[in-house]
Amino acid sequence: MTARADKPHLSREHMLDILKKMIRIRRFEDKCAELYTQEKIRGFLHLYDGEEAVAAGVIPVLDQRDHIVATYREHGHALVRGVPMTKVMAEMYGKQEGCSHGRGGSMHLFDRDYNFHGGNAIVGGGLPMAVGLALADHMRGGDHVIACFFGEGAVAEGEFHESMNLAALWGLPVLFVCENNLYAMGTALALSESETDIEHKAACYKIDAEAVDGMDVVAVEAAARRAVHAVRGSRKPYFLECRTYRLRAHSMFDAQLYREKSEIEAWRHREPIVRFQTWLQANHIIHPDDVPRIEADVDAEIADAVAFAEAGTWEPVGELTRFTYAESAGLAGQ
Amino acid sequence: MQQETVRAGTIETTYREAVKQAIRDAIKRDERVFLMGEDVGRYGGCYAVSKGLLAEFGPERIRDTPLSESGFTGAGIGAAMAGMRPIVEVMTVNFSLLALDQIMNTAATVRHMSGNQFGVPLVIRMATGAGKQLAAQHSHSLEGWYAHIPGIKVLAPATLEDARGMLWTALQDPDPVLIFENVMLYNMSGKLAADAGAVDIDKAAVRRPGSDISLVTYGGSLWKTLEAATALAVEGIEAEVVDLRSLRPLDDATIMASVAKTRRAVIVDEGWRSGSLAAEVGMRIVEQAFWSLDAPLGRVCSEEVPIPYPAHLENAAIPQADKVVAAAKAALGRK
Repeated sequence: MTARADKPHLSREHMLDILKKMIRIRRFEDKCAELYTQEKIRGFLHLYDGEEAVAAGVIPVLDQRDHIVATYREHGHALVRGVPMTKVMAEMYGKQEGCSHGRGGSMHLFDRDYNFHGGNAIVGGGLPMAVGLALADHMRGGDHVIACFFGEGAVAEGEFHESMNLAALWGLPVLFVCENNLYAMGTALALSESETDIEHKAACYKIDAEAVDGMDVVAVEAAARRAVHAVRGSRKPYFLECRTYRLRAHSMFDAQLYREKSEIEAWRHREPIVRFQTWLQANHIIHPDDVPRIEADVDAEIADAVAFAEAGTWEPVGELTRFTYAESAGLAGQ
Repeated sequence: MQQETVRAGTIETTYREAVKQAIRDAIKRDERVFLMGEDVGRYGGCYAVSKGLLAEFGPERIRDTPLSESGFTGAGIGAAMAGMRPIVEVMTVNFSLLALDQIMNTAATVRHMSGNQFGVPLVIRMATGAGKQLAAQHSHSLEGWYAHIPGIKVLAPATLEDARGMLWTALQDPDPVLIFENVMLYNMSGKLAADAGAVDIDKAAVRRPGSDISLVTYGGSLWKTLEAATALAVEGIEAEVVDLRSLRPLDDATIMASVAKTRRAVIVDEGWRSGSLAAEVGMRIVEQAFWSLDAPLGRVCSEEVPIPYPAHLENAAIPQADKVVAAAKAALGRK
């Protein structure tokens, strides 16, 4: 059988892999929430609970050479991309063994080895960066795809429109992935956009677009395959709207006054992990012991990550002003 | 590497032409360099700096952009992170505020936030300053604001040598460098070494030696300050004129060496007085050279008003040679 690049494949091995990717994010973040209450993790902590199918569906479709620009709700993206969980957890702690040397924290995960460009916490601010990464690729005649994740809140920012226009105008290989979770912090989509069908925004920039059920990892992966295939082939941007929902609070400081519990409960029935698991079981693709085994594996990895972070070291205060400028001219010579 | 002794003779040129030749030279020398901004191509640049470059280098490397300051500045950041060496031109410093998010929140922070994994070797050029009756949305001098930001470097070329030579050095820098070109300097003509090339971007320069008072300035105000120094000399006052050249980092050593010699200082800055770069320079003198001082420090800054349209009011709003003369005399207790 020849696998086509733009078609999903439904082997047991692959299904287990994407299921594990989602479970890994969920349990990692459950641990982070617990560590937050223990004050091991401080600052803002934005959990991806309910949205895991987006990162797990899109990112594995990218090649290692491709680039990712993400937001402040990016733990899942970093983990799926392959940034070691130990380094991510150490970053959550602010230890210098973290993937950003402890300087960034939860909102600013970076890893050059994985072309993972943050961790950008100004809503919409990462989009021009993605355009620039793609411009460099375009000017060098490369064949990379730059995947840029952002929430539907970013769609209200000027930088969204400027970036969409530039990418289309100049023919740049950006895959815009809108994670539409219906709330920009506490402001519902209908209260912030005149056109709530986000997918349609791409049309005014002549960018091909598709909206997909972001709670269905198979559908997301299928759409991502079409999208990545399109970008790589055409060297033009593509817009993928993933309709999803954030089941937890915006951050650890959010009392969720802006939405009804019943709404959250209704979405919980569609949450991507249980839904996928149930479907896999109903279709006899996974065995009854698969999920407990995955959970045990993931829990062991999380325990290792916590131990790694706990054993990590605080950067000496004497190094406070490092990384403001390059320490040698060679560092930025890429 | 200040300008070396002239060997290959001199040419008559302008500041505008010096900037253009710097851009041309950089694009020819390094295939990663390109110029991007509003009207840099077909129009030839708002201040005609890039006129003719589109025909020479084509639309990929002389890239006209839409009016999307944040978008194309951010695109410059991304391209720099990916290994290119973009020169982003923003028409005026007032417009750069539309890109301030990208400059402040991304360009200046990425190296730090990423724990040194990513740098932004980007150069952003923009016009600054008053004097062309462009009123309150095209005439301000906000380079002092930018000099507040750790993570970027801020340059103010005032001479033909610096207009020609700072760009290449800035492009070699692994971090973002902002270059502020005072609009009143573009037509300035003078002699420049035919083989003028790169200059350092971290040292202040003494443009006129003197023993009685230090006049510390930069950019467009340099020439007014030199004019003031000439007028002071007529009255027997020898002023030393220090051109900061780099506003961030500041070259404290050159400033303090001058003040240690003259024991008096006036700072001339086209920014507004409150919270100005002049305030920063003055405070550094107080911190580092207080016991050398024989008189209170003085400042000549812009008046605290948006720049007005009529020429007489515009001129009154910004530093002029007569104000510098008056401030210098006050510091010397002369009338």
